[in-house]
Amino acid sequence: MDFTLSQEHQMAVEMVRNFTHKEVIPIIKEWDRKQEMAPHILPRMAELGILGINIPVRYGGQGFDYITLGLVCEELEYADTTLRVVMSVHMGLNSMAVLQWGTEEQKQRFLTPQAKGEKYACFGLTEPGAGSDVAGMTSTAIKKGDHYVLNGEKMWISLASKAHHALVVARTDLNAADPHDGLSAFLVELDSKGVTTGDIHGKMGVRAGSTGWLAFQDVKVPAENLLGQEGEGFRIAMSCLDNGRYTVGSGATGLIRASLDASVKYANDRKAFGREIGKFQLVQQKIAYMVQSYEMARLLYLKSGWMKNQGMRNTKETSLAKWFATDASFDAAAEAIQVHGAYGYSDEYDVERYLRNSKGAVIYEGTSEIHQLMQAGYALGYRADGDLRCELPAYDADFWQAEG
Amino acid sequence: MKIVVCVKQVPDTAAKVAVEGGKVTWGDAPLVINPWDEYAVEAALQAAEKGGGTVTAISLGAEEAKEALKHALAMGCAEAVLVNDPALAELDTQGASRVLAAAIRKVGGVDLAVFGKQAIDGDSGVTAAQTARVLGWPAATLLASLSLESGTLKGERAMEEGRQRVEAALPAVASIVKDYGEPRYPSFMGIRKAAKAEIPAWTLADLGIPTPAAAVMWKEIMNPPARQITNEMITGSSPEEIANKLADKIMEEKVL
Repeated sequence: MDFTLSQEHQMAVEMVRNFTHKEVIPIIKEWDRKQEMAPHILPRMAELGILGINIPVRYGGQGFDYITLGLVCEELEYADTTLRVVMSVHMGLNSMAVLQWGTEEQKQRFLTPQAKGEKYACFGLTEPGAGSDVAGMTSTAIKKGDHYVLNGEKMWISLASKAHHALVVARTDLNAADPHDGLSAFLVELDSKGVTTGDIHGKMGVRAGSTGWLAFQDVKVPAENLLGQEGEGFRIAMSCLDNGRYTVGSGATGLIRASLDASVKYANDRKAFGREIGKFQLVQQKIAYMVQSYEMARLLYLKSGWMKNQGMRNTKETSLAKWFATDASFDAAAEAIQVHGAYGYSDEYDVERYLRNSKGAVIYEGTSEIHQLMQAGYALGYRADGDLRCELPAYDADFWQAEG
Repeated sequence: MKIVVCVKQVPDTAAKVAVEGGKVTWGDAPLVINPWDEYAVEAALQAAEKGGGTVTAISLGAEEAKEALKHALAMGCAEAVLVNDPALAELDTQGASRVLAAAIRKVGGVDLAVFGKQAIDGDSGVTAAQTARVLGWPAATLLASLSLESGTLKGERAMEEGRQRVEAALPAVASIVKDYGEPRYPSFMGIRKAAKAEIPAWTLADLGIPTPAAAVMWKEIMNPPARQITNEMITGSSPEEIANKLADKIMEEKVL
């Protein structure tokens, strides 16, 4: 077993770290207060190639592996959760699904401009009345000749008002015996007639990000924009979550590290009773738990990334990585505030933002409760992953890096 | 157009540098490309991009200096060469300049050699000028801008007294300051290329020069004496009260 990261991995991390330390960390607090996304973030992530990091070069990407995606997400969320959220929807939930399920024509039309960062992508699954209960969705896509007519509303959609493309899941068979089998996935261009989008304000966290809604009223979606086959929508959505959750788990790992670093710095600087507070054992205990959480979260997501590289199904491992890291990031941020005392309660320091940002990830892309049910289901033998018609392709450096 | 950029591997700026047992140590802090050299790489790449040339990065150092070269490759340099010879362990700046000049000559046909304004470890800031002297080329140092037009280097020197426009016939040596503009990040494509790159290592024998004699010896290295610093928090019920107390304190201590 070799735990060494390759030079490519290390240099990619260093590059993203340079970017976030120079261009994000100095300004993020201001934009978090404004509850707006800093306008330069998405174009810079595109320009630097981050938006196509693990997509093959032939489809406009940078040709790195799935482990690099996790490492990049860790670095991005170390700076701010909103940057990692971009990767979760643009890459994990959308672009990787097109790589996995798309036809060659769809890869050229959708994946290539997305990987180049010319187009931004989002993911429309959740509805105002359907979150964990995916099969309870009410959006419909009814086939009429050479197109589908899409109607419905999607809620809590990251990049809703910024994205050009959305992967939307809707009901195509209203009479399916199992409602899961009545769902299909579509690649929707958001400048289509009948699409409206908007932002949601007043969120507890990820305030410097874009979260919103998509509404579809009689939107004509060409039949060739169907991703996979009719009735495969639920399986596609779940495969998307295997990738989205990977980015969430690796990102939350970065949030734990941010809480740890902030706490270590403060504990070494702040004095009480004539010595640095780091000298007190109860402060040390908090730091020790953060170290433990960070190392565990990192090992879990790196294992998922390695399995993706090998082409192995990783639903169970990715669920575990996401569940553990997001819960642990919430705990780490809360304890980081405790280490900072009253100062941690103010936005003079970053740790209160870490706590607000950490909570969302305990809810989206499978609540912690859903992941507990999944893990118990695997352990008890109630749950097993069947083969997919299209698996996420294993990382093949020659294929990924060839010009095409 | 053939451009060489000279880069150095140095301890990270955040490293705590100290002297232990007569030797400089930075603990387990990482080594990085000299931050000033990143500006030099940027200037070299921009000159090559405008003039249609290539950039070769050269570093003088041990095996680990290849990391600085890989950073330069990842930023966009076409080639990189390490000059590594056990005889070069105790070089002064003049010796380093003789070795770098020999390496630049060995590359052959070089129009411009670019340096950072200084290295953050030795901080001498004279290597660019000394290398120019050895090569017999004009030196345009501390440049905040640089352009190459029909065999001539044009640039603006950023000095404490102001700006100075200079011109020099190529081949020439330039050193670059921060005012030039932010260096680019390594690109992901560049990173993949750099990670795979086999960087050749040249010895003094390859360069065809003897071990340069050191003109400057480091007889003794010591830590600066520790300073006693006391902090005092000035508090008050209003900003005005705090400001008044601070002003009184400054007068009392005869700071003003």
